[in-house]
Amino acid sequence: MATDHPRDEGSLMLRLAPVLIVILLVAPILAGLTMALLPAFGYLPALGGERLSLDPWRALFAEPGIWRSAAISLASGLLATAISLAVVLLFLAAASGSRLDRWIRRLVSPLLSIPHAAAAFGLAFLIAPSGLVARLASPGLTGWERPPDLLIVHDPWGLSLIAGLVIKEIPFLLLMSLAALPQLDTERRVAMARSLGYRPTLAWWKVVAPSLYPLIRLPVFAVIAYASSVVDVAMILGPTLPPTLAVSILTWFSDPDLETRFLASAGAILQLGVTATALMIWWALERLVARLMRGWVIRGGRRRGEASLHIAGKLWVVLVTVIAFAGIAGLAIHSVAGFWRFPDLLPTSATLAHWARALPALAGPIASTALVAVASTLIAAALALAALENEQRSGRHPSRALWLLYLPLIVPQIAFLFGLVVVMEQLGTRPTHALVTFGHLLFVLPYVFLSLSEAYRRFDPRWSRLALTLGASRNGAFWRVRLPMLLAPILTAVAVGLAVSIGQYLPTQLLAGGRVTTVTTEAVSLAAGNNRRVIGVWALVQACLPLVGFIIAIGLPKLLWSNRRGMQGAP
Amino acid sequence: MRTLFPRLAALVPTLLLPATALQAAPAPADWEAVLDEARGQAVYWYAWAGEQRTNDYIDWVAGQVEEQFDIALTHVKVGDTSEAVSRVLAEKQAGNHDDGNVDLIWINGENFAAMKANELLFGPFAETLPNFALTHPEHNPEVVTDFTLPTEGYESPWGRAQITFYYDSHELRGDSQEVAAPPQDIHALLAWAEANPGRFTYPRIPDFTGSTFLKQALIELTDEHEALYAPVAESDFAAITAPLWDYLDALHPHLWRSGRQFPATGPEMRSLMGNGELALAFTFTPSEPAAAVADFELPESTRSYVPESGTLGNVHFVAIPYNSPHKAGAMVVADFLLSPEAQAHKQDLDVWGDRTVLDLARLDDQSRDLFTLDDSNPAMLPAGALQKTLPEPHPSWMTALQDAWQARYIGD
Repeated sequence: MATDHPRDEGSLMLRLAPVLIVILLVAPILAGLTMALLPAFGYLPALGGERLSLDPWRALFAEPGIWRSAAISLASGLLATAISLAVVLLFLAAASGSRLDRWIRRLVSPLLSIPHAAAAFGLAFLIAPSGLVARLASPGLTGWERPPDLLIVHDPWGLSLIAGLVIKEIPFLLLMSLAALPQLDTERRVAMARSLGYRPTLAWWKVVAPSLYPLIRLPVFAVIAYASSVVDVAMILGPTLPPTLAVSILTWFSDPDLETRFLASAGAILQLGVTATALMIWWALERLVARLMRGWVIRGGRRRGEASLHIAGKLWVVLVTVIAFAGIAGLAIHSVAGFWRFPDLLPTSATLAHWARALPALAGPIASTALVAVASTLIAAALALAALENEQRSGRHPSRALWLLYLPLIVPQIAFLFGLVVVMEQLGTRPTHALVTFGHLLFVLPYVFLSLSEAYRRFDPRWSRLALTLGASRNGAFWRVRLPMLLAPILTAVAVGLAVSIGQYLPTQLLAGGRVTTVTTEAVSLAAGNNRRVIGVWALVQACLPLVGFIIAIGLPKLLWSNRRGMQGAP
Repeated sequence: MRTLFPRLAALVPTLLLPATALQAAPAPADWEAVLDEARGQAVYWYAWAGEQRTNDYIDWVAGQVEEQFDIALTHVKVGDTSEAVSRVLAEKQAGNHDDGNVDLIWINGENFAAMKANELLFGPFAETLPNFALTHPEHNPEVVTDFTLPTEGYESPWGRAQITFYYDSHELRGDSQEVAAPPQDIHALLAWAEANPGRFTYPRIPDFTGSTFLKQALIELTDEHEALYAPVAESDFAAITAPLWDYLDALHPHLWRSGRQFPATGPEMRSLMGNGELALAFTFTPSEPAAAVADFELPESTRSYVPESGTLGNVHFVAIPYNSPHKAGAMVVADFLLSPEAQAHKQDLDVWGDRTVLDLARLDDQSRDLFTLDDSNPAMLPAGALQKTLPEPHPSWMTALQDAWQARYIGD
């Protein structure tokens, strides 16, 4: 066969790539879910559960506050997504082509790279009663000599949790939208609408938004799933009496009373149900909004609302960006703070003691973090490139199996990871860097594929055809034309992959059994000590690591292609 | 057959366990053989890592056992000891009976009770450790008793904890003149909280420091002390705990955030003290306030005390899971932790400040001198303050109190 098509050497490997991707993503999740489902119905022989029963469910529903937990998970998932999506669309409508637009586009990658936990700590240090905002206004404006007795962080309604999620989900949805927009020929659509008398922001809302939404729908679903089942952010900012469902599940899974395992498994399945319910409610809301929007578009208003939409579009995104960076600045101040009592705006003294103490302990975790992140990202990038190249060569449209890529992003981590640990144990695997890398791949691969696919599919096929007519083989065209020309988007996808890997907490902790410590696991376990200065140091390190990837991703093409401006990637 | 077979299968490990466990490790009594086998082993110690000082101490231990016994000790940092328990359980569930990941666990109380009841522990080994005799167990029963349960050699002691209150002396003087002195028992605490609303709280249940506060309050409020030292099932839980719930109902409106929210852990309570949100708090580590002053976390006006009513205290231990592949190495580490050298270093306030489990009367003069307490730090407890120790109730009380608290105070 190979002799018949000498140019197709390696095509078998290419054809295998999509299959491999699907197996890598789907098999662990199905296995993990099964091992959660069985104990949820009482089957776990190691603990004496040999018969199927509904007892775990009875115990689950007898837990105090269980319905409130589930309701908060559901509501925070939906609200955080709705707010993030609204801010992103408002911004895109109001700011396209403006100076703000260019600024935010430049900031979106660093914002996306801040791990959730670090961003959440930053927000907590900002808005807590003893936080920077209260200090700024005290005692001058407020008269507070000591922190006010106010329920802000960990509020029972989950508002600060929603705020923390919004800060992190906006950059993600924005990046996804920016990747999708070029397909829509936005400028021409808006120009057409403007020629009919529509003001610019309204024009964007009426002619671009309805076509953009279907393109970012899957990322939106991923945000709903993530926000309704998040663990680390909910632990730092979420309600406590009761906590969100995902946090409760984590507590049950690590309860010393081993019987609680059954209850925890039932909880994991309930979490799956909560996330599915959130997705269904969103789906119903989509219909509703579509109907309302249609009426609004058909009525043909050309001016009403322009000013408020325009201002809101710029205001909210600036506010969120400022909060995110102020939070990071807060972390930095805490990491060098001496004694610092309320209401002093700044510490009475600065010290490097916290850094000096952490430095010797940093090397190991940073090395592990880098090893796992680089390995999982390289594997993910290779698989994604192979699958995309296969798609190009076979001339097929993006396959329908694409939604499977979203499986790890839509099935809540907490629902299948514990089961996966049991499966891995049964397979006799030892917790090593390799196993953790495999676990990270589950989450890195989808993100790398998604960030790469748009650029790859939009790549002008005439370049490759030109190379082929000049006598290059298909592989030659790939290595010498396509790959170099796509260097900038590939590096961006790699940076996204590194950031995703660096931020993983649950998969690292569970699959490594604590044997592989990354910066993130270390930061979370030290957070138990609640020393804001130590948290400041580690959260800052955690936030800076992914930045290295983005700096390389932006800098390297500029360096390599300093003589070819068109190949330096996005400004 | 269907029902019989699993039962038999469940019996088999219990029959085989002691035998296989002893095969995997040399008999603890033959210490030379243990030392020989330990050489070159990698020991993974799962230990709570919420405190930088503790981590630094474990780091020092790792350096010492490497140098003295050629053991590579790794501190596996966990946020909660139960994570390690879960790990061993997951391994047992998967049939991994001799090549587990956990070699040593820092443990006590309900986690120990759970592991022992589920036969997840290796032993007995503790009483044959050469340094164990220095604890003088005949004289100090707390080193062989964990929450009323006899340890039976399945865990080895290495430190002591006792509830210690601390306050900002500056704040108390400056604020409310009538309650200038910190409360000395649980009733005075309620009066103090009423006079200083929002300035006291306790960690959210099921945190162990918070749960200990519940037990402390119950001991002071009930007359039926004997019932607390037997399994909870043997007594009328509702009747015995009724005064506790009345007390908490009265206390909560005067707590921080009006009792609608609680800090997650003892360290979080400490950081609230540092921010000036609280004026009175407590810890399980008597040296913690003094250490926190040195770390800029608490003001220099911080003072510690043990209320006149006495407070709960306990000993913390290390245990070895039944499926650890490095039992010899783990035993050598457990023994090193009991050495006068390691115990004195641990008690040093500049290092950790955790009190020794050794009976100083058993030591020679030179070793005893290592343990002289430095009382120059004003945030440190005065010498002799830790005499008023109340023993821990049966572990089943902890779980029952936690469940009852959650059912009562978690909102729907």
